[in-house]
Amino acid sequence: MSTGETKEARRDARNTWLLSAPALIILTLAAAGPLLIMLVYSFLEPGKYGNVVWEFSTGAWVSTVLTRDIFDGTYHLADAHLTIFWRSVKLSLITTIFTFIVGFPTAWFIATRSARARTALLFLITIPFWTNLLIRTFAINQIIRNEGMLNTFLLYLGVIDEPILIIYSDFAVFLGMTYVYLPLMVLPLFAAIDRFDMRLIEAAYDLYASRLQVLRRVILPIVKPGIIAGSILVFIPALGAYVTPRILGGGRNMMIGNFIELQFGQGRNWPLGAALSVLLLMIVAIALMFYVRAANRDAPHG
Amino acid sequence: MARRDFSASRIPGFATVAILVFCALYAPIVILVAYSFNVGDSIAIWEGFSFRWYPIAWNNEQVREVTMRSLTVATIAALIATTVATLAALGTTRRRKTRGQTFIYLMINQPLMVPEIVTAVALLIFFASIKVATGYQGLAYLIAAHTAFCIPFAYLPIRARLEGMDTTLETAAADLYATHWQTFRFVTLPLLMPGIIAGLMLAFVTSLDDVVITLFVKSAGQDTLPTYMLAKIRRSVSAEVNAISTLLLLLTVVLLTAFFLLTRKRE
Repeated sequence: MSTGETKEARRDARNTWLLSAPALIILTLAAAGPLLIMLVYSFLEPGKYGNVVWEFSTGAWVSTVLTRDIFDGTYHLADAHLTIFWRSVKLSLITTIFTFIVGFPTAWFIATRSARARTALLFLITIPFWTNLLIRTFAINQIIRNEGMLNTFLLYLGVIDEPILIIYSDFAVFLGMTYVYLPLMVLPLFAAIDRFDMRLIEAAYDLYASRLQVLRRVILPIVKPGIIAGSILVFIPALGAYVTPRILGGGRNMMIGNFIELQFGQGRNWPLGAALSVLLLMIVAIALMFYVRAANRDAPHG
Repeated sequence: MARRDFSASRIPGFATVAILVFCALYAPIVILVAYSFNVGDSIAIWEGFSFRWYPIAWNNEQVREVTMRSLTVATIAALIATTVATLAALGTTRRRKTRGQTFIYLMINQPLMVPEIVTAVALLIFFASIKVATGYQGLAYLIAAHTAFCIPFAYLPIRARLEGMDTTLETAAADLYATHWQTFRFVTLPLLMPGIIAGLMLAFVTSLDDVVITLFVKSAGQDTLPTYMLAKIRRSVSAEVNAISTLLLLLTVVLLTAFFLLTRKRE
């Protein structure tokens, strides 16, 4: 490499950093940096009226899964916490699976339309994705609440004698999350199916493949990156959901997000809240790493 | 064995599911909007068409205050985020790869990966100590937080535009003895403008929609429109919230349509 070229490369590198610096500074101060401070806080003692006392302690981390008996000092599994973790993971998984079940035919349908219809249908999927999550959850709330449209309608028809209690249940949270996160499943699935050459299916049929074989051997391998991307995009926000369980789950059906908030409100246990947040972040990081690995592995074939 | 008739565009059941999905996606929103025009306060019984909830919402002092605050925060945050995102996009595209490029990408996209509730908690902890230390309780915290999570939304369309841009015009300008600055000001920037405006709109919509981070960062009495609505939904339902929601939806749809028209590839 000539010296002129090295000089130019060095100038390019300098410009990259100089031009990115303002964005990086803002992101460090108001996004990434505070995450490190939160990690420190998870190893401190809770203050009496919120905030922390600056004393090293692993108490918060222990209490994420264990509770200490106040009488004999022994440790037990914290059932209440585990119930919340389990509910979060369960609801997020069911949501991911269900959005896939209805999202796949939808994405397939869009991908097999004419170019014009495709653009229009994609726009229709994208609009809910960008509209306020709060408003969409609120719309679901209005329909399923006791004096809401669904119950009023069913009562009017005489199908039921008293309102069915849907709202403020796990089912309501599942329903709401499926509704708000569905576009996140459909869009990557569409992107994957769109690249798929439909003639491959015909070729497989010509070679006497059965329906199931076509699905397993031809369609799935090519669409797989889209399935993984969609699942990650739904699972991660579902796991950290706060607004949907708050509006549709009520006070009792908390998920991790609401449980974290509680530690900064009535719970007055900031270190526990910080530890739970770090835990959530680690689960997300693992999921993302899994995604990157799967995407890299599939890249040469796609 | 005879060849089975098969068409990828006509798999039985797929069209039915897709149509049901589209209906399910829009029905709740349509119902929400429809009941903002209901005469009565009910969200289930239709009592006739009226516009009365809109003036009621507009004359509500609190609604006006939180709307103004939302618009202020969103405007300032979107402007700053778009400015720094434009610089970052210019720094990271159409250059040879430097070490640290991956780090810059990760940093910029970090708000998309970290769950909102986690960022919200981290900011609460960080800003709480600054609030105690300085005594300052103003809007700057909200604006800083919003700016940070808006950066990736502004960055992505600008970068996409830059990558798709033809370099010949810039080369021509340089051949005609234009300085670096002149080339940027009169060639690059005008070509980049649609991307910048698209980024600005996405950042604005993103800021306007935020609930979780705002909820944790705001000082007392700093409700934005979404956090005000969240509190209101919890207490009671009133068609007034439907009217506010409808206006917010309308604003989002207008901005999004403009965004689509701006970023549409010319055929």
